[in-house]
Amino acid sequence: MARELERAGIPTAYFTAIPTIPLGLGTPRIVRGAAITHLLGDPGRSPEQERALRRRLVELGLQVVQTAVSEPRLFGLEELR
Amino acid sequence: MERRIRVIHYLNQFFAGVGGEEKAGLPMEIRAGALGPGRKLQAELGPEGEIVATLLCGDNAFAEQPEGCLARALELIGPYKPDLLVAGPAFGAGRYGLACGQLCQHVQDHLGIPALTAMHPENPGVELYRARVYIVATGPAATAMEPALRGMARLARKLVTGVPLGSPEVEGYLPRGIRRNEFAAEPAGVRAVHLLLRKLRGDPYESEVPLPSFERVTPAPPLRDLQQAAVALVTEAGVVPRGNPDRLEARRATKWLRYSLHGLRDLTGEQFECVHGGFDGHFVNQDPDRVVPLDVLRELEAEGRIGAVHEILYVTVGAGAPLANARRFGQEIAAELRKAGVQAAILTGT
Repeated sequence: MARELERAGIPTAYFTAIPTIPLGLGTPRIVRGAAITHLLGDPGRSPEQERALRRRLVELGLQVVQTAVSEPRLFGLEELR
Repeated sequence: MERRIRVIHYLNQFFAGVGGEEKAGLPMEIRAGALGPGRKLQAELGPEGEIVATLLCGDNAFAEQPEGCLARALELIGPYKPDLLVAGPAFGAGRYGLACGQLCQHVQDHLGIPALTAMHPENPGVELYRARVYIVATGPAATAMEPALRGMARLARKLVTGVPLGSPEVEGYLPRGIRRNEFAAEPAGVRAVHLLLRKLRGDPYESEVPLPSFERVTPAPPLRDLQQAAVALVTEAGVVPRGNPDRLEARRATKWLRYSLHGLRDLTGEQFECVHGGFDGHFVNQDPDRVVPLDVLRELEAEGRIGAVHEILYVTVGAGAPLANARRFGQEIAAELRKAGVQAAILTGT
């Protein structure tokens, strides 16, 4: 689905906890999420800390759709500016 | 008397009989002998082979830490001195298929023994590992267990004895993209014309050089002005209104759905639930923002960091999704987004 959105000209931050699959399929903009069962969250944290993590992940996603890519690329939180 | 083939069999937590999604975090372990479908595989192997141990691991544990799991698997397998690794069958299960493919490739590379697995041709593990690993084609679900195990046992015997394998069609494995020369009765030009004539007549025909269905996409140009942009939320995680009024399938979804986000500041477990059949949804049920981050996106909208949140959420289920369906859903959703003037999307898988 992410590939088709990209093909249609809509830059798409594809969040996944299993980047091997989209990297292999050629999804252009891939963002590493927290975990399969809580992709943009962490039930082990306090609600405030969890929300802060989600905010950072979404900010990363927005950074990623503003980034030019030429081939499938995986982004992680360490790249958040 | 000839020595029996020593086989290690790999299963996920489900097929090993340990549990469902609630046990998907199970770490890699090994147990002596055959387990679950391994017992039937043992029967198919007959006296020639013996499943000396079963390696098992939770789907999430493997998917989230593949390197650690692969290293642990080698440690656990080593003492059994196996001749062959058999993984699965994984059928249409994405995480499991991926684990089977990775494990087979890793064991081939590091232990120098053959390995094979089995899965449905639409499993994402096929696209990633078919070139390096023998994958027996199966049906989409575990109802196709018997023929899958039979095919695996047959290929297992051949791989270990070193008998040269025939073509994928003959041996029942998925094409690896390897071309072998063979002698044909007629020259290429004659064959090409015959092929063309069959095609023009509408008769069935088979290309000698099938092209891979996989195609690269050109990435969209980056978004220029975030503060003016409408951003859409799209999810493959099956987040739907409580009670699933539109009956979205938990696996192998046949449709995608749209739900209004108008007036919503975040998604709550009272209003929404997760019907994805490929992972344990209880963390998402507690707070659906964990996979559809509407709360944070609204915050960014209020701060003026993004132009607007697109007021419709697009939803499907990614579990076991055939690529052809996913492609069509993506095209249909993309058309809607373009019509609505959406300039970027956050798409959450699992």
